[in-house]
Amino acid sequence: MTEKTIFELSSPGRKGVEFPAVDVPTTDLPAEFLREDLPLPELAEVDVIRHYTHLSHLNYCVDEGFYPLGSCTMKYNPRVNEAMARLPGFAYCHPLQPVESIQGSLALMYNLQEMLKEIAGFAEVSLQPAAGAHGEFTGVMIMRAYHQSKGETKRTKMLIPDSAHGTNPASSAMTGFEVAPIATDARGNVDLAALRAACDETVAGIMITNPNTLGLFDENILEVIDIVHKAGGLVYGDGANLNALLGIVRPGDLGIDVMHFNLHKTFSTPHGGGGPGSGPVGVSDKLKEFLPGPIISIIEEGDDEMPPLFGYYQPKNSIGRVKSFNGHFGMHVRAYTYISMHGAEGLRQVAELAVLNANYLLSKVRGAYKLPYDRVCMHEFVLEGMFDDVPDVHALDIAKRLMDYDFHPPTNYFPLIVHEALMIEPTETENKQVIDSFAEAMLNIAREAHESPELLHEAPHKTPVRRLDEVKAAKDLVLCCWLPENSE
Amino acid sequence: MNVPADYKYTASDEWVKLDGKIATIGVSDYAQEQLSDVVFVEVVLGEGDSAKKGTTCATIESVKAAADVNLPVSGKVIQVNEDLSKTPELVNTDPYGKAWMLKVEISDPSEINGLMSSADYEKFLQDRSH
Repeated sequence: MTEKTIFELSSPGRKGVEFPAVDVPTTDLPAEFLREDLPLPELAEVDVIRHYTHLSHLNYCVDEGFYPLGSCTMKYNPRVNEAMARLPGFAYCHPLQPVESIQGSLALMYNLQEMLKEIAGFAEVSLQPAAGAHGEFTGVMIMRAYHQSKGETKRTKMLIPDSAHGTNPASSAMTGFEVAPIATDARGNVDLAALRAACDETVAGIMITNPNTLGLFDENILEVIDIVHKAGGLVYGDGANLNALLGIVRPGDLGIDVMHFNLHKTFSTPHGGGGPGSGPVGVSDKLKEFLPGPIISIIEEGDDEMPPLFGYYQPKNSIGRVKSFNGHFGMHVRAYTYISMHGAEGLRQVAELAVLNANYLLSKVRGAYKLPYDRVCMHEFVLEGMFDDVPDVHALDIAKRLMDYDFHPPTNYFPLIVHEALMIEPTETENKQVIDSFAEAMLNIAREAHESPELLHEAPHKTPVRRLDEVKAAKDLVLCCWLPENSE
Repeated sequence: MNVPADYKYTASDEWVKLDGKIATIGVSDYAQEQLSDVVFVEVVLGEGDSAKKGTTCATIESVKAAADVNLPVSGKVIQVNEDLSKTPELVNTDPYGKAWMLKVEISDPSEINGLMSSADYEKFLQDRSH
């Protein structure tokens, strides 16, 4: 490690803050809470600012360059979102204020609920969940509550295609369901025979990601939904890949009963370190009563002279709160801004360009890399990061080498159904030049893999730290550079 | 790819070594190679547990992925390899030896017929690579 830690920069006696003299009576802390030795770093303010500013410059972010992290939809986050979120009326309101004094914020959340309902075809939306997997967990709890309300307690099995997102089995297991994986067929769709065989009277539902993690739209989605419904199950749609469908397909119209939205993917709120996320959940009519609350509603209709009065309601058989107050309101402002700036036509164009960009990029790298499911893709595609004639080059080597070309690596080793997977999602916010230069880097790397594979094995070469020891990172969980002397 | 002749195999890449009614169970060389560096192994069944074929008996995590190990035959667990929690890398270095995961007293010997021979498993691995 070439960078010093803040502790190593410490110099005894240096100070960043001079506290004013105490002008109130003081009380000593009880002796058992005092310690002799507390080696906190001692630095001036300027040292601290320079240290962390420098570290932030070593970071890679979507504001700096292309970030084709498959399934994460790392699109550019427009600055107008930030400007709106900083408006004092939004930034300084408090959820415990009387509703009469925060009508603007409540109107925004109400309108965002309405927009998400319209975009995805659902009867009601709760903005509470804090992120995608939290939305999944909420959705699966709603499915459980529905079955329990019908007395169907034997429905304990959740079907999960092996092309679904990795969080789906976790969300099901955490909610108490037994996970039954469903295979993918040769075209990358859900294997209908396997699905039919698994559909018995114990099925609670299916969690399906469409487009799936191969970046493919399931050609039999209507049949998949029908089979599960006929078995008495519900259909959960993982909305992580909604970016490919905006304005074109509404999951609710397909028959999907419940879905989460990732505002931090599809609707351009900050993602990955810049978060928090936000994972609202939308449901069909029959699941409305189970949604978590509070949900924003009109509690007094307006007329020609008076605007409506917005307030809260709790659905009658609600699973309860899943988050304090109203969820991540700051993200609601940003997503509302994004949707408003685009409008219906603009959102459709987002999906069209996301799919076009992915197919354009795929057409440039096809041939140099193996494409296990060779179809027109949606917003992303999955390559095999391996070459038959250079067996010791792996997806990880390709991903690391991309960093030398100043690109963030794509998602690798997921989905598990592709050997040495490289999952690439360019998003609609990248222009042709960026995609061309990424394609060129991928083609160069394929050539290097054959001509000088050591370049890949030793990559990255140009980054502040070289290849990290992932085994040590996973096994040797000491994250602290300083340990008290008598600790184990 | 190492596929020892005196072991039996499953389509989910477990191996079984038989000694009378006692089956020793682990994962194949192919499985460890697919997983790459193994960083964590947890045998989830304990000594004395009886479980049916297909039950998750252990989980393996590598730097790439997490995978379940399924019990290839029904039976009662008589011994668990305690070393793997401290030295999970044995799965990479000695998959058919020191990385055995558990020993089971088989309850239904007919289930052995459903397992693959080494020749069948080798053919299965060839057909699977796509």
